[in-house]
Amino acid sequence: MAYVQSAVPSRSIFPLDLRNVCYSKAGQSLITDITVTLQARGRTIVMGPNGAGKSLLMRLCHGLIRPSAGQVNWSSEQRHAQAMVFQTPVLLRRSAIKNVEFALRATGARARDRRELAEAALQQAGIAHLAHRQARVLSGGEKQKLALARAWSIRPQILFLDEPTAHLDPSAVYAIEQMIKSIDEQGTKIVMSTHDLSQAQRLADEVLFLHQGKLVEHAAALVFFEQPHTPAAQAFVNGELYWE
Amino acid sequence: MNDLSAAFTSAVALITNLDAELLAIIGLSLRVSLSAVALAALIGLPLGAAVALSSFPGRGVVVALLNALMGLPPVVVGLLIYLLLSRAGPLGEFGILFTPAAMVIAQTILVAPIIAALTRQVVFDLHAEYDEQLRSLQIGWWHALATLLWEGRYSLLTALLAGFGRASAEVGAVMIVGGNINHVTRVMTTTIALETSKGNLSLALGLGFVLIALIVAVNAAALALQKFAQRAHG
Repeated sequence: MAYVQSAVPSRSIFPLDLRNVCYSKAGQSLITDITVTLQARGRTIVMGPNGAGKSLLMRLCHGLIRPSAGQVNWSSEQRHAQAMVFQTPVLLRRSAIKNVEFALRATGARARDRRELAEAALQQAGIAHLAHRQARVLSGGEKQKLALARAWSIRPQILFLDEPTAHLDPSAVYAIEQMIKSIDEQGTKIVMSTHDLSQAQRLADEVLFLHQGKLVEHAAALVFFEQPHTPAAQAFVNGELYWE
Repeated sequence: MNDLSAAFTSAVALITNLDAELLAIIGLSLRVSLSAVALAALIGLPLGAAVALSSFPGRGVVVALLNALMGLPPVVVGLLIYLLLSRAGPLGEFGILFTPAAMVIAQTILVAPIIAALTRQVVFDLHAEYDEQLRSLQIGWWHALATLLWEGRYSLLTALLAGFGRASAEVGAVMIVGGNINHVTRVMTTTIALETSKGNLSLALGLGFVLIALIVAVNAAALALQKFAQRAHG
């Protein structure tokens, strides 16, 4: 397969710097005073129980929602340097390959390159044989692979993954995890949310642990899983319920 | 009862014999209604989608107005178009009153709000589903509008059919601006009204059958297309 250059010229957008980020809705504080810096390398796993604010934090970082207070700063502004895969993949009513080409078209990739880049992305996801199948009739695992392929096709510098394996069977989870590792190895920063402890242990280089909208721990994966500092993180790692 | 059954028999004969006058009236009706729906689609599809995707002060009023305009009284629209196109009206110089063009204009005005209002609802629902994904891909406003119209193409077909139903069954406006002139502006609905008043029930009934059959056929085709699309595209 011919190597195809990225559709987007790269200038590093890292580090990602969150300063005192808060997010409220309907008078309720959902994200409270988060300050953290993410570097270009390493897989960052955002963990926490349901309702901890994992998805909100990803959306704040990705720019889909604006913080009520505080700042989300990238070291440089660059279009199409970020991509996101959602828990439930949103696919267009067209073939798998045309879904990928749709994303590439938005980056301004030349028409003659789009097909080649799209085929490469589908190949990477192991679904090249499904290229001409309608996207919305694929199985759940295939849909998520396609969503991942579409996001990766634009060669983003950072890829946000919001619980991408939440509804998948173990074999599909394995395939998605392999793909995430491969994307990471090719230089795309991975930031992924999950509440699956074993998946986090398999994938994490560093962990952001959220509890009730607050960032209570930010640590290297080994440190976090061996010696969580806060009671909330200790309870989570030990599989216990925790009330504050 | 005998008159009625005789009219029925003669209506069926007109259809089965492909009566020339009947065919001419059907042909003109289809040309006028399809032209009106096409023009109304050019206005209503982008307008409805734009309202669905935009947020601006007074948007609720615009939505309420669009919905209200679906119930525009045809005779009032006919009267307004008549006043505009009549010799003394601002558009009188074009000389299109009592022509099929005037009928197309009247039907377009009646159908465009229907298509726009239904399009707004379809695109609004799709937008709720696609919004984050499109913004994540940094799709611009116009591209998003075109994408959502394309994604909703099968549902929007229903909007076009609703418009066609309204146009083809409409009588008041086309009667006023078309004048129901034989071989010039006489369409199925105006013919039915005229022939019924003259007591010529066979032609009126024959056209009535055709009109109903046409609307049933078009809707059946649309339903089949939607089912096919659902199976093919999910």
